[in-house]
Amino acid sequence: MIDKLYDTASDALDGLLKDGMTIAAGGFGLCGIPEQLIIALRDSGVKDLTIVSNNAGVDDWGLGLLLQTRQVRKMISSYVGENAEFERQFMNDELEIEFTPQGTLAERLRAGGAGIPGFYTRTGFGTRVAEGKEIKQFDGVEYILERGIVVDLAIVKAWKADRAGNLIYRKTARNFNPLVAASGRACLAEVEEIVETGSFDPDNIHTPSIFVDRVVQTISEKRIEQRTITERA
Amino acid sequence: MTGTENSIGWSREEMAGRVAQDIPDGSYVNLGIGIPELVARFVPEGRELIYHTENGLLGMGPSPEPGEGDPELINAGKRQVTAKPGASYFHQSDSFAMIRGGHLDLCVLGALQVSQNGDLANWSLGGPDDIPAVGGAMDLVAGVKSIFVITQHCTKDGAPKLVESCTYPLTGLRVVDRVYTDLAVIAVTPEGFQLVELAPGVDFDTVQERTGARLLPIAEPTSNV
Repeated sequence: MIDKLYDTASDALDGLLKDGMTIAAGGFGLCGIPEQLIIALRDSGVKDLTIVSNNAGVDDWGLGLLLQTRQVRKMISSYVGENAEFERQFMNDELEIEFTPQGTLAERLRAGGAGIPGFYTRTGFGTRVAEGKEIKQFDGVEYILERGIVVDLAIVKAWKADRAGNLIYRKTARNFNPLVAASGRACLAEVEEIVETGSFDPDNIHTPSIFVDRVVQTISEKRIEQRTITERA
Repeated sequence: MTGTENSIGWSREEMAGRVAQDIPDGSYVNLGIGIPELVARFVPEGRELIYHTENGLLGMGPSPEPGEGDPELINAGKRQVTAKPGASYFHQSDSFAMIRGGHLDLCVLGALQVSQNGDLANWSLGGPDDIPAVGGAMDLVAGVKSIFVITQHCTKDGAPKLVESCTYPLTGLRVVDRVYTDLAVIAVTPEGFQLVELAPGVDFDTVQERTGARLLPIAEPTSNV
């Protein structure tokens, strides 16, 4: 029976890394990020990376770890305002950013994983996002052409996996993960729990095994980015 | 309360309460980060709204009780929230299908500037070193059926935020339907800004004076004037 389980995050990355590669990472803020695979990426020393991820972590956690070590050349992201090292590198032209609205980023990953090289969207029409992009009218409304994203390596965080690589996410930690998984020529998943293949109800699987190449069980810290300070409604 | 509020007109809470009055029962609503989040506190008794947060939750409830939060149950502001009975979780592509596909009834957003034809600028002051970071705002204004803006009428320096045309980088073209400020409720119409309602103690001339474009008077008398 197929078994995609690897012992450690480093083992799971073995043979898949090369300088200059493009990596997509799941997560929104620090929620649902493949935190242990990011640490293993840092430790591998792979560099000149293009990273596709909604956010760039914080200074000392998540993708911020790869910024600290200057392993990232370019980010394709929608919101990167919460990371001082990111800001410093961006202002010194050490780091490039491909500015992408959040929904467009999600759809670019979905399209890439689905074999669709481009799509038209209204999002960003008439703004800086549209600069240099093809505009087309449908039914009298203008849309901009956006490209699908296919990456060399996808890294995701799920709640549970079976040995075949079927994944189940938990609550809002799902976010970009299923889309990132499908966008990768290879996909690694870090999960909290491994079950025997056949244990999941097929009706409840979020990412089918075909999208996942390797699985590693990790212990997640699940850091919280913003402590809730608002009063109860 | 902040020290930047005008001494006349509505407080932030009253502005949020005024927005809440105009949201129909049963609406699917996305509230932006910051002042728009306040709106949820003021929904009139007996009215049920279903809140969407773009990181992947429909049926969002209020903040958890202290000690009961879940790091994997957050909103788009990355704060811990709760899920109400009937809630659902989904991935980002589905979340933005709800947004872009016109399935959400209303979005309430903050603003840096709104132009008289409804253009919105709310993500960047456009400085050369500003990091481009818009999150989901461009998708929201592109797809949600109605866009309400809640904002102070003027900046801290007294510059009008309602203008003839925006000077800051745009979020979307001709997208704003209504603006709720500390001084007034203003509709964006094909003829430009039209006064809907004045805050108590505020007159038309005061609002016009602090607005960077022509303001049309209230279309028909209401009991609030």
